[in-house]
Formats: sequence, structure tokens, C-alpha cells
Amino acid sequence: MTDSESLVVATAERVFAKFADPQTILKATDGAWAEAAWAALEEAGLPLAWVPEELGGAGAALEDGFAALRAAGRFAVALPLAETLLAGWLLATAGIPSPPGRMSVAPARPGDALALGADGRLRGSARGVPFARDAEHLAALATAEGTAVVALVRAGDCRMTPRTALAGDPLDLVDFSGALPLAVAPSGLAPEELLRMGAAARAQQIAGALQTMLEISVRHAAERVAFDRPIARFQAVQHNLARLGGEAAAAVASAVSAADTVAHEGLAGDAALLEIASAKTRAGASAEAGAAIAHQTLGAIGFTAEHVLHRFTLRALGWRDDFGDETFWSARLGAVIAARGADALWPLFASR
Amino acid sequence: MTALRFDPIRLPESCRALRAEVRGFLADEAAAGAFDPRDDAGGEADAEAFARKVGARGWIGMTWPKVYGGQERSYLERYVVTEEMRVANAPTDRFFVADRQSGPTLLRYGGEAIKRSILPRVARGELCFCIGMSEPDSGSDLFAAKARATRTETGWRLRGTKIWVTNARQADYMIGLFRTSPPTRENRRHGLTSFLIDMTAPGVACNPIAKMSGRNDFNEVVFDEVFVADDHVLGEIDDAWKQATSELAYERSGPERFLETYGALTALIDAAGSEPNRAVAAGIGRLAAELHTLRRMSVSVAGMLESGREPVVEAAIVKDLGTIWEQSLPHRVRGFAGFLEGGEDSRDSLEATLAFYLRIAPKLTIQGGTTEILRGIIARGLGLR
Repeated sequence: MTDSESLVVATAERVFAKFADPQTILKATDGAWAEAAWAALEEAGLPLAWVPEELGGAGAALEDGFAALRAAGRFAVALPLAETLLAGWLLATAGIPSPPGRMSVAPARPGDALALGADGRLRGSARGVPFARDAEHLAALATAEGTAVVALVRAGDCRMTPRTALAGDPLDLVDFSGALPLAVAPSGLAPEELLRMGAAARAQQIAGALQTMLEISVRHAAERVAFDRPIARFQAVQHNLARLGGEAAAAVASAVSAADTVAHEGLAGDAALLEIASAKTRAGASAEAGAAIAHQTLGAIGFTAEHVLHRFTLRALGWRDDFGDETFWSARLGAVIAARGADALWPLFASR
Repeated sequence: MTALRFDPIRLPESCRALRAEVRGFLADEAAAGAFDPRDDAGGEADAEAFARKVGARGWIGMTWPKVYGGQERSYLERYVVTEEMRVANAPTDRFFVADRQSGPTLLRYGGEAIKRSILPRVARGELCFCIGMSEPDSGSDLFAAKARATRTETGWRLRGTKIWVTNARQADYMIGLFRTSPPTRENRRHGLTSFLIDMTAPGVACNPIAKMSGRNDFNEVVFDEVFVADDHVLGEIDDAWKQATSELAYERSGPERFLETYGALTALIDAAGSEPNRAVAAGIGRLAAELHTLRRMSVSVAGMLESGREPVVEAAIVKDLGTIWEQSLPHRVRGFAGFLEGGEDSRDSLEATLAFYLRIAPKLTIQGGTTEILRGIIARGLGLR
């Protein structure tokens, strides 16, 4: 970890611990914590970390933002931090300054497409846009006469159908049709590159959530007594937790490798596809296996609403669906590998 | 709780040049008929000649000090050589155990004279090593070993049997674990000593044991009053359990711990053709994603070894995940092959490849530390035991 990465992580963790502690949030009766937490994040410059200073952001390195997202995953933060980071980054690719406040990005699902008409208005809708209804602005990647453009849209100018993710966070259907963007500019991004960036971000969050699932499970096993001894003494429990350790490790390793690649080599090309598709697919698989083991370890206690475990397990499981699920990324990666042929596979791995 | 770390290692420029060099060498050797890269089973290659050629390139013991025949190159460079050889199905049998395990053990625990006489020959590819740990009544439970070493005027006499020893018949030396004292009440690990044994010494007999995979490299090794000189004791007398367990850390996380059935994946890609249907593509992609992750974890461990850390838990995790994965690979390829359309010829070739891998798969989670042992190590690292 670089020094700046450590600094960003320390800052993010301080904010999360103070304003977004999972136990405190569980007991909260209103959303006041979210206002305070968001204000603290903005104060620290985190939501616009990926936006250059001249466009209104903090101008941090990409890997710093990814590290902050792993920290956000470790706290199961239910705020549009990843979404605002992505929106600011997307706007910056087109040179559009970022407004303050919460943002989200679209499209967030493969197959969804937005277009900018000759009348300057957007057409089309996007499914599964995280935190759309909480956002003040949306950043959209659209096509205008065949070229990619980025548009900054006031969220209130779109029609929203509220839906929720597994953990209860907003995951809305957004109809952009008729919305007149506040700003539009061409972008060099290919449509898949927004999905790639989003998938890389989600992989960090899932990896972070798995680290905490492991920590909660290990602590619980050491403290919980059954059959006259801490359940950590039972070999069956030890081996389950060893597997959870492996799943968390695989998620973290694949996520940091993808983050490192995006930060240093960009999003284009087969190597970036390998890294990002692997991270999203592997972290997604870890979420399934890891959540199952964590819940098994905590038994009925972990299934109650008042325990924090579900904040991590349900978010990690839900994040699998955003910006391309495991099947989408596997099929994308597999199609590219098949087209290259068997002999070209090893050189692709070895290039990393 | 131990924080598990797997930092993303970007291989340095020196590795790129080395990789090209290794690939060129392997391509030349394959073209000259030294081995067949498409022969998953290893076939009839002349492993002895190949070992000397690899040694001449400086690719055996490459991290060792130059004074002992090494090259003082990095763990990451060694990693590159190992993975390229493995993927090319190169016949590394004669030198790989010594390169990975026995050499580092000698470096750490051998006397100066032994190191100076034996290690340079290992590095030249002249010597083959085997490992004698398991016995008929002790496999994973190393500390139950009964084969005995008894003091004589000038050294030790070995008696007993080691079993499931790979390459014992070809090996010039064994590093073997023998009981020199009974275990104590406080420490059942006490009383074991590690010896360097000349396999041509009088009293050593190797009896082949056939394997279910059809390979013929397994052996029972019987020691009947075999003399070993004092300077062939490796490390502390009665205290070998410490070194036996740390020794295994070297062998836990290398590329050979997830690439053993790699040919099943490339066979699927061959059979799938350049434009497979989505079910097959998703299958290939998922397997590739998992393999890529394992490799990145394994490279990360090599990076930790390079920086002088002892990543015991991380290495155990890589081996646990890696061996389970490589074991399931041929079965999963078989599953995805059900979605293939047409091309009976390529299906036949895929099935022949799978038949080999399905036979070797069961051993992959046993050798060099079983799944159960590994999970015990990981659990200890997590603070659970």
C-alpha cells in the first residue's frame, strides 16, 4: 500500500467509524446519521476523490479511491460513495466539472443503453441504478449519433421507479426520457468501460465486506460457548472458518489486482478485461460462499435484524448484480479467450 | 487476528526478459523432441538430459547463493521459470523437488562441507532428490514416525520403512525424517531428526508401488542398517519437527499447486472453437477468472518470500484453494463440455485428456499437506487454535 493510499484509508475509516458504525446505524430511527456521515465524507474530499482539482474534486489517484471503497465495504457503508466516485470520474472523462452532493451513474446494467437526441434531450431508461432516488445528480453515458457522450442530469428531471437491493438500499429504475442535461460533452469511453469501472469498484466493496464477515465470525466463534466450550474449539467450525478465510483472501487479492491494473494500465484491452472480470466474478463467488459460512457460524444470532452481520452479507450479495453479474463477466471473458485460442491463454495470464 | 495480505505484485522487467528466454528454450527443446508440450502425462521424455540443460541455463536453485552454485536471483524470477515449465509440460521431475524443497533445506540446515559438495551439483541438474516423511503407519501425522536412527561411533544407523516416496528409484539422495529419541510427555513432536541419505548406500531398497493413475513413480523405501555419517544430520538432533513444518511452507504456494490440471482447460478451449455458445463461454470465463485469481495470490506470496516474510498462512490458503480448484477442474470441464455443439473429433480428444486428469485428481489435495492439515494451519493463523 502506498503512503497516500494509507492516508486515504485512515481518513475513510475514521469517518466511517465515527459516523457510519454499523451497530449505531442499526439502532438509528431516522436517516440523520446519513446526513452527518455524508457531510464528513465531503469534508474529507472522498466522494469526488477521482475528480481533478480543476473540475472541482480532490484529484486523488485511482488506487486511493479503490482503497477507500474497500474500507467502505469493511463498514458496509450504505451511502452513494462508490456511485459518486464513479459519477465524478465519468464526468471528468468528458471534462465536465462535478457538482457537490450525492450522485449516481447510468447505465449500471449490461444491455441498457441511453441516447441523446438531436433535440438535446435524453432517451431510454436504466435499470438497477444504485441510490438514484437519493442523488441530486446523475452522470450518464449515452450515444449521440454514434459517438459516446457523457451527460450531467438533475436527478429530479428523471422519472424514477423506486426499487431496492437485497440489503434495502435504493436500486431504482430511472427513465431519462425527455430529460435535458445540464452539461453534455463527448467522451472517449467505450460503453463497456463504464461497466468495467463500476465492476472494479463493486469488487472492492465486496472484498471489504468479506474481510469484516471473517472478523465477525472469528470473534463470535471465540466467544460463543456451546457444549461447554467456545465453538472455535470444534474442528468442524475451524475448518469452515478456514474456508471463509480463503474466500475473503481470494476476493481481496482479485480486487486489489484489478484496482492496481485499472490505476496503472487503464480500462481498455484484454488484460484489463481479465483483471476486472476475474475480480467481479471471484469476489461474487466469495460473497456467496463467505456469507453462507458467516451465517452458519453465527447461527440464529446472526439471522436477527439486530445483529450487524446481515448488513455485510446482504450488501455483498446484492453488489454482485451491479455493473454486470458473474455470468455476464464470465461470458465476456470466455468469449475473448475462445477467440484468442487456447495457446494465447497462458500469455494473457502471464502478462499480469 | 492475523490480517491476510495479498498485495498486487507487478512482475519486474527482469522477469519479462527471463520469461521470453525460458519460452524460447522450451520451444527449442520441444521442437528438438526433448518432450511433447501436448502430452499431459509427461510421456517418454529424457528427464535426465533435460535437467542438465536446465541446470546449464542457471534455472535450478536460482535463488541460492553463488558460492553454492546458485544465481542469487529473486523468488519472482524463480516463479516465472517454474510456471513456464509447468504450463509447457516440461519434464522437471528429476530436479523440481530439489529446487523447491531439498535444496532450500540443505541451505538452511546443512553443514558447510555438505552444502559446498552437493548444492552445486543440484544446480547443475545432476542430482535427483526424494523426500522420506510418510510411513505405513504415519501419513499426515508426521510425529508418529517410527523409522529409527541409532547412534554409532561415527554416525547413525537407519532402520525402518518410508512409503509413498515419489521418484525414490531415480533419486540420488533422500532427505528423511527418523526417530532418534522417544517423544516426551510434554512434546510428542520431540525426538525426530532429519538426515541426508545417499540412496546408493548399502541397505537401501526401493520397491515400486503402482498408482491408480497408471504412473509408476511411487515407492516403498526400506532401510536395513543403513549407515549415515554424522555430518549428514540436518539441523538439530531430536528437533526436526520445527524444520519439517517450516520446510513445507516453501512448497505450499507455488504455481504447481493450481496448474497440475491446466491442460483440461486448454482442451476445453480447443474443443469450444473460436465462437462458442454463451454457456460454454461463461464456463471458460469462470474457470479463467478463478485461475487468474489463484495465480495473483500465488505471485503475491512469492513477493512476500522475496521481501523476507514467512507467509505461512497465506501460503496454506493458496494451496488449499489451488489444489481444490485444480482437483475440480477436469470435472467442471466435463460439465461444461456437455454444452458443446458438434465436432466429434475435438470431443474425443477432450475426453482422452480428461481421462488422464480425472485419474490424477484425487491425489492433488493429499500430497504435501492434506486439505485438513492446511485448514488446521489457516485456523491457527486466524487465532482459532
